[in-house]
Amino acid sequence: MNRRIFGLATAGLATTNLATPALAQSTPVELQFWHGLPQPLGGLLEAIATRFNESQARYRIPASFRGSYPETMVAAIAGFRASTAPHIVQMFEVGTGTMMAAGRAVKPLHELLAETGVRIDFDDYLPAVKGYYSLADGRMMSMPFNASTAIMFYNKDAFRRAGLNPDQAPTTWAQLRQAATRLKAAGHEMPFTTAWPTWCQVEQVSAIHNMPLATLDNGFGGLGAELAINNPLLNRHLTTLVEMGREGTFRWGGRDGAGDALFANGSAAIIHASSGARARFVREVPGGVANIGAAMLPYYDDVAGAPLNSIIGGASFWALNRGPNATRSAEENRGIAEFFAFLAQPSVAAGWHTETGFLPVTKTAFEQVRASGFYTQNPGADTPIQQLLRGGGQTTGNTRGIRLGGFVEIRVIMQEEMERALQGGQTPQQALASAVTRGNVVLRNFERSNRA
Amino acid sequence: MSRAAPASFLFRGTALPWLLLLPQLVITGLFFFWPAGQAVWQSLLREDAFGLRSEFVGMENFADVLSDPTWLGAFGRTLVFSSAVAFLALTAALFLAVQADRNIRGSNAFKTLLIWPYAVAPAVAAVLWLFMFHPQIGIFGRMLNAAGIAWDYKLNGDQAMLLVIVASAWKQVSYNFIFFLAGLQSIPKAVLEAAAIDGASPRYRFWTIIFPLLSPTAFFLLVVNLVYAFFDTFGVIHSLTQGGPGKATETLIYRVYTDGVVNLNLGSSAAQSVILMILVVGLTVVQFRYVERRVHY
Repeated sequence: MNRRIFGLATAGLATTNLATPALAQSTPVELQFWHGLPQPLGGLLEAIATRFNESQARYRIPASFRGSYPETMVAAIAGFRASTAPHIVQMFEVGTGTMMAAGRAVKPLHELLAETGVRIDFDDYLPAVKGYYSLADGRMMSMPFNASTAIMFYNKDAFRRAGLNPDQAPTTWAQLRQAATRLKAAGHEMPFTTAWPTWCQVEQVSAIHNMPLATLDNGFGGLGAELAINNPLLNRHLTTLVEMGREGTFRWGGRDGAGDALFANGSAAIIHASSGARARFVREVPGGVANIGAAMLPYYDDVAGAPLNSIIGGASFWALNRGPNATRSAEENRGIAEFFAFLAQPSVAAGWHTETGFLPVTKTAFEQVRASGFYTQNPGADTPIQQLLRGGGQTTGNTRGIRLGGFVEIRVIMQEEMERALQGGQTPQQALASAVTRGNVVLRNFERSNRA
Repeated sequence: MSRAAPASFLFRGTALPWLLLLPQLVITGLFFFWPAGQAVWQSLLREDAFGLRSEFVGMENFADVLSDPTWLGAFGRTLVFSSAVAFLALTAALFLAVQADRNIRGSNAFKTLLIWPYAVAPAVAAVLWLFMFHPQIGIFGRMLNAAGIAWDYKLNGDQAMLLVIVASAWKQVSYNFIFFLAGLQSIPKAVLEAAAIDGASPRYRFWTIIFPLLSPTAFFLLVVNLVYAFFDTFGVIHSLTQGGPGKATETLIYRVYTDGVVNLNLGSSAAQSVILMILVVGLTVVQFRYVERRVHY
């Protein structure tokens, strides 16, 4: 609208062509960017968008917070249905399957880059990060940004008080259980808890022990995948958690990210949480950074081949079309592509990594941070990267990631069944069987409504 | 315009009445019938989240919902939850109103303070309860645990249900209180005094005079409270338990939200809304046709 009026005005006044670019620059193209990161992370992300705006004058990206990840996802989808979708939306990793199947709602990243001629070197990205957001043939679908993985944090003070070595984290589940028992005996009320229960205790445990979460390479092989979590390993693991719950060494911290608060306020001694929670823990845990130990997730050492790499979580940025019958102009697409290229710069990726605890998504950024001596000053900050490279860094079909449609719903189902098992309302075996039955209904419904 | 028209002439035509009705009809159509129609249409479709592929499936969504054991579970749970909330909110409010209706010192301040919780938004009310009863952070939650009661509503379904019932009822007590108080004040004092002179005890007077005369108010409030418990308790449940643990606090309205907004299963969510719509229509019919006729005015 503005442009048309502007065009008429210039034509009417017969301005020279020379003046046009200068005038055009004074009104930058605005690109909507919705994200789902609460404070302090959201502020850090918005600062990056501001830096992009200041670095050039053609585009302006006002980043706006739209609630939690699931809320942001729903807002973007509702926006698309009403033809007011944002140009860029931050989508958490469990929404990836839904987005991949979204057809013309999304602008695939490889298409965007090819059309605009903007180059981003994806060979520089960590394989686990790149693999999660690319098609089977390697073409990128979305722009990886805040990638994390689940790691173990522990409270060194609590370890000391229980007579445990604060510099020696448990590496296996047997050791973790021993440590939790010691903490409990020393009067600690909450030796061990977990944030993101299904991500940390089902998805990561499966990957680390090279077990499938679902058939067809966890859904990478197509929409026909079925859940495979009713297996001896997960039965054993859920039994461990239920037993620890009964002994009082494990306390359920709530669904999704709710458990974070229990470690942040110092009540939990050990937590499995997103590496991205580091920013919050450093600010809030009593005793600060010196009191926080970080270690890799434990594993069952009698499982052959374990441990392998953990899988990533976090979110990526998707370019969206405006609505069912509307696409973007070439200028808008170019702006999106340039913003993505800005994010891929080593300095941006490295800064985000050191400020937040999310992964350095590119190898160059990782090297840059390592060279700066950050990891020697902040022991444990490189734990998530080492864990992603555990087992040689070659991902298998079970450790590449998860690509299931309706996975948000499946996670809720798994959490509900876990809760009922921990309550004593059903055995771990029943919980897993029930989660498979209910989860497969979701998968079949998704397959049906997304068949091309 | 120059002729002075008699009143009957003004209303004889059809244009003016329609014109006067128009604003109301437009609002009703735009904000009630159109969305309701959309919900009905959506309930017959099966669609992907983005609305790009859509398939007409007839009554299949309804069949799926009605044969889903987890939905039937939510249905039973909603009945228990709603009756408990309505019962608790009504009895507490009636008790408080009877107390406030007496000539006690400071009864005005008392009345004002009792009305305050109504101004609190459901989500805020839930957060207040969360801060009180969170097993690790909440004051009472910690006290209960210290006293040896294993209080953890995040894992114990019965405790979670109890908490959302109490929090939801607490929100509604003020509303009921105002109506009961007004009802009590409209009961003629002469009747009560006559009964007192005849030697009826306060308890006897309450059950034989006050309670029957309050019954229209009570029945009106019962329907309002049931509708409240059915539809307006989403904020409380969402902030306190998100329907968990397991499915222990998942009511029908919460289920509509989860299936529609979180799971993006619009067809099923719409079918559930339509079922809820039918339930409300039924409840209203009962209210007007059956209950109001039998209540003593």
